Amino acid sequence: MTGAGGEVVVSLRGIETRFGSQRVHAGIDLDVRRGEIFALVGGSGSGKTTLLRVMLLLHRPAAGRVTLLGREAARIGGHELPALRRRMGVLFQHDALFSGLSLLDNVLVPLREHTRLPRGLMREIALLKLALVGLGPETGPRLPEALSGGMRKRGALARALALDPELLFLDEPTAGLDPVTAAGFDELILRLRDSLGLTVVLVTHDLDTLMRIADRVALLADGRVAAVGTLDEVLASEDPAARRFFHGPRGLAARERAWSRA
Amino acid sequence: MEPGVEGARLHVERGDGATRLRAQGRWTVDGIAALAQAPAPALPDRGELVLDGGAVEALDTAGAWLLWRLIGGRAARLEGWRPGQAALLELVRRHGTASAPPPARPGRLARLGARAVRQAREAVSLVSFVGAVTLELARALARPRRLRLRLALEEVQHAGVEALPIVGLLAFLMGIVIAYQGGVQLRNYGANIFVADLVGLSVLREIAPLITAILLAGRSGSAYTAQIGTMQVTEEIDALRTLGLSPLEILVVPKVLGLMLALPLLTVYAGALGVGGGMIMAQWVLEVSPAAFLERFEQAIGLASYLVGVGKAPVFAAIIALVGCHRGFLAGASADSVGRQTTLSVVQAIFLIIVADAAFSVLFSRLGI
Repeated sequence: MTGAGGEVVVSLRGIETRFGSQRVHAGIDLDVRRGEIFALVGGSGSGKTTLLRVMLLLHRPAAGRVTLLGREAARIGGHELPALRRRMGVLFQHDALFSGLSLLDNVLVPLREHTRLPRGLMREIALLKLALVGLGPETGPRLPEALSGGMRKRGALARALALDPELLFLDEPTAGLDPVTAAGFDELILRLRDSLGLTVVLVTHDLDTLMRIADRVALLADGRVAAVGTLDEVLASEDPAARRFFHGPRGLAARERAWSRA
Repeated sequence: MEPGVEGARLHVERGDGATRLRAQGRWTVDGIAALAQAPAPALPDRGELVLDGGAVEALDTAGAWLLWRLIGGRAARLEGWRPGQAALLELVRRHGTASAPPPARPGRLARLGARAVRQAREAVSLVSFVGAVTLELARALARPRRLRLRLALEEVQHAGVEALPIVGLLAFLMGIVIAYQGGVQLRNYGANIFVADLVGLSVLREIAPLITAILLAGRSGSAYTAQIGTMQVTEEIDALRTLGLSPLEILVVPKVLGLMLALPLLTVYAGALGVGGGMIMAQWVLEVSPAAFLERFEQAIGLASYLVGVGKAPVFAAIIALVGCHRGFLAGASADSVGRQTTLSVVQAIFLIIVADAAFSVLFSRLGI
């Protein structure tokens, strides 16, 4: 499922952002289409996470237009914003689970706040989300501090999925996970996308993740999109930044692993 | 659910062998609220069930789970669903579990017991913390290079110098209040001049050390807890340990030393401003001139009264710094617990300050000071 030609659900036009005098993005144009897994890659400090925050409407760009699910961000009134945000789920880089709440209560927060379902049904739906990300009901009452990093990531993903969002944003989903857990997480994202019909935007450093699950890739370098397209297209790009990024020693190794699996 | 959007509905049609359940509307987390609250439809015990999804506008995992729940987890044939929806129903059926019982809440007696044990543990840990800091302090005094005077002086700056305005203002106001409240009574007996005794004794012996200590418990004690608690959450304390550094030596000892230096100085300053406030009020409502006030003050207030007040300050300082730091180390790995410990730190420090003050009063009355 490459989603080529599908409906555009996230659209960025001419995005510029700056921190003080430092310019992070100098005119970014991107389109994410419904049903695809879209990866943002780039070196450290290339502004991937900032661009994700722009898409999440957490960071206002200095210039440019953001359109989410057909709505232009600048024209969304304050009271409409929560309704739009409910249609998006986010997995933050450091999971951002509420540390004072049990895992189950973390998943229940959006359900309790935004729906009027009976308590029993809410609990069952929350347990179902935990099961979907591969966590058994016995993990529900545990506090985040009592869980491993991989389990916390899964739990945070379950919370992001609590209200069945159409759009899922993942910031470094596999960072800090061991290779086996990371591969499992890749599979999980792929499976959830296929079964729930999600559109996934992910920021990653992980070339393995990129090779395995991304439908399309955008490489950020020097505040611009250096290359965008399917993985093959980006790999074939003549852009010097793309060549440096994908044809370095680790890029080669990841590609070899991907080929040997295929 | 937005108005005009059709919620989820389920029609039961009994046929000869099979019962047909016709789902309609939006089977989504927004659309199922009404149906979820309604009683489940009565279904025949036997016979085939057919789930007809031809009229379903939208389906998500919450809707799919409700559907399986309404038919009591029985097997059913799917008809009329779009392929994606059928896959979703299958996925949810595989992963859903009937509600696990909510975690058992311990009974009242068990909660009381757990609380008592926790309190006792915290008391013991405070005592052992005080011991550990004392040892650390002794070690540092033996090797002055480890004393980290710079950090201690920084503490004097933060806890002392920066607190001057607020401490001074409050002490001044307390002096005014005492002179006024006491002065009204003294005037009835024509004993106006004794306002100097009243203000001098109460401010120097009690008000100045207490108000300064209470302010610093709120201002600095809470900051110590929040700082150390946050460092605990971000594993900075562990980082210090693995670098071969002692968190007590770096974080606690300088704070204790700094505060024990700053609080007596602040108390002297608060005493001066408090007496000043009383003097102004004495002239205003009792017509006691500053010159007369000071003359009487010199006669009435001995050095002992002054030293009693200032002498309490280092003890209060130790209480504030030790309780504040100890609570910081008690904070767990959650944002909540840092907040809770910060509150507890201030409450416990003020409590212990007043207990210590009462103990001093008993002691001084026995000694006749």
